[in-house]
Amino acid sequence: MTGAEIFVKSLEELGVDVVFGYPGGAVLNIYDALFQNTKVRHLLVRHEQGAVHMADGYARASGKTGVCLVTSGPGATNTVTGIATAYMDSVPLVVFTGQVPTLMIGNDAFQEADIVGITRPCTKHNYLVKEARDLARIVREAFFIASTGRPGPVLVDLPKDVLAGMAEYAFPKAVKLRGYHPNYEGHQKQVESAIRMILEKERPVAYTGGGVILSESSELLTEFAHILGLPVTTTLMGLGGFPGTDPLSLGMLGMHGTFRANMAISNSDVIVGLGARFDDRVTGKIDEFAPHAKIIHVDIDPTSIQKNVPVHIPIVGDLKDVLKKMITLVKGTKEAAKFRKKIAPWREQIESWKATHPLAYKQGKGKIKPQYVVEEVYRLTKGKAVIATEVGQNQMFAAQYYLFDKPRTFLSSGGLGTMGYGLPAAIGAQVALPDRQVIDIAGDGSIQMNIQELATAVQYRLPVKVVILNNGTLGMVRQWQELFFQGKYSQTCLPQIPDFVRLAEAYGAYGFRATKSEEVTRVLEKGFAAPGPTLIDILTDPNEMVYPMVPAGAPLTKMLLV
Amino acid sequence: MRHTISVLVENEFGVLSRVSGLFSGRGFNIESLSVAETMDPSVSRMTIVTSGNDQIIEQILKQLNKLISVIKVVDLTGVDTVDRELVLIKVNADPETKAEVLRLVDIFRAKIVDVAPRCYTIEMTGDETKIKALLQLLRPIGIREIVRTGKVAIARGM
Repeated sequence: MTGAEIFVKSLEELGVDVVFGYPGGAVLNIYDALFQNTKVRHLLVRHEQGAVHMADGYARASGKTGVCLVTSGPGATNTVTGIATAYMDSVPLVVFTGQVPTLMIGNDAFQEADIVGITRPCTKHNYLVKEARDLARIVREAFFIASTGRPGPVLVDLPKDVLAGMAEYAFPKAVKLRGYHPNYEGHQKQVESAIRMILEKERPVAYTGGGVILSESSELLTEFAHILGLPVTTTLMGLGGFPGTDPLSLGMLGMHGTFRANMAISNSDVIVGLGARFDDRVTGKIDEFAPHAKIIHVDIDPTSIQKNVPVHIPIVGDLKDVLKKMITLVKGTKEAAKFRKKIAPWREQIESWKATHPLAYKQGKGKIKPQYVVEEVYRLTKGKAVIATEVGQNQMFAAQYYLFDKPRTFLSSGGLGTMGYGLPAAIGAQVALPDRQVIDIAGDGSIQMNIQELATAVQYRLPVKVVILNNGTLGMVRQWQELFFQGKYSQTCLPQIPDFVRLAEAYGAYGFRATKSEEVTRVLEKGFAAPGPTLIDILTDPNEMVYPMVPAGAPLTKMLLV
Repeated sequence: MRHTISVLVENEFGVLSRVSGLFSGRGFNIESLSVAETMDPSVSRMTIVTSGNDQIIEQILKQLNKLISVIKVVDLTGVDTVDRELVLIKVNADPETKAEVLRLVDIFRAKIVDVAPRCYTIEMTGDETKIKALLQLLRPIGIREIVRTGKVAIARGM
């Protein structure tokens, strides 16, 4: 078999059903091998960055590993932002890049880039395949590494002569990597100490992140929280990992977290960190983070523990395993019942924070508030849509006002904060979940960063809906300028915004627009009912800001409120 | 505090840059680094001398372990070890200083491995203090160039 045939056969063997890609000189052999293949479906994107975000959205929405295939040089470098996005958010991806023939590597050949060197710091691991006979093994290893332990992107660089070369097909049954042994089992003694510590305390908070979703532990988390009556706050990445409508939910914490979540964390005496990494957008000023709290931290990645905050009880392991152990220790016990009763005043305190400082905005007649749009999207979709976002105000309003009850329904670039992520991610999610309603909540800035993928959605009849909160500005940056740079809006006004309705039509999609608050519901309904990809352009109030806000470097309690 | 970390890695291309990239990307120090094959030709050993507070060292050890190409990481600090470094020193050897150089070479059990009309090249193996001491004594005579291998270390037999 040729290397290219081995490659395609290996993908089949691994059960890969879809590849997002873009052809080019170095990968022609693969495209030739794919030409008559019926098992591996190839989706042609319009830009390689779009391919990676689609694979990412596909992976986040389905839990499967996303796959993309691009050519060498610019094809490869165009994937870097997408790879870094997936790396920061621990998304399982395998990115295949073409490469010039091995003998030409290093000669500055046409369309050559040292993509293995370039992506070394933003992949979980990467490979340059040097011989066709290594191909099947490396493909197998790449998928194994990407999807196990703390998941992440793996890049495999495929020189043209390796793809054209001949070798026998030998797909390895098992993966043997002597340097890679993720630890899944939480240490029983540590788990017991953690439970003992929680039960001793009076003001506990569970602080939960993307790890809950990645490890498929949402139900266990919900069960555990209810056994102990534990208030739960989620990070941006953790949204949907615990039901947003649950009475124990505090909503999101951090820079744009709810008042009650930030107050609860700051006043708690024990924080149970579950699959979250104490990122700076969560902790605020690190020295004043949760000054009274002991910290328990469960994470599958040992490097996450003790990186930003001192941890009293570290537990390295799969959250699923650790939560099962925790539940076994407390389920149906008298201690748990006593504890629930003991912390009742704490829950009341949190309720009163919620009552005095809820998330709020005022929607009058006329100018449309972005929060209102998100609430309407929530109401019309009955909270059941898969929501992708871009980055900025649109992302924060979506996180605050759409209550996510199920995991894998909120797709957003949390760690890297990549504008232009939402549309391709929504397309990828729609590929994974053809029967679900998938919506990208976007801004007029972000949507223009990967707007070309609308053509992909139209080509494959993927009925994603893009709700553009169009305020004519780069809203979040403008917000910082308003608050911290005396309102000097340097380069944040977008005077030249395309007519999104006509743009949608030019792509063969549907376009709708609302300019007044009274129109929002009707326009959203029309847009959602349209039988294909749709841009819904909603002109929102440019002066609206995201609150609460903890200024960068301030402690969580110093929130700017509406 | 200084730490000597012994790292077993896959003997394949790109591993050195994975390790050094980890240090540079996260702002960790490398004071010295030496790499060579072990008894198993598919495995190389890196000996890295680095410094940092406890939290930084903990991160370095964990981050090294996280690399797929890294098989084993041992912090040799606090472990009873033998450590050595090899140094080549090109030193002035004028008629009036020659005797002193030769005397020092003898005392330190070093060797002269190259002789030129106006300079000697000395080879010496030793631990850090010994090398430091010799360099200090040679400095007034005039050191032209030094080349050091970086430290290698091995735990003492039990």
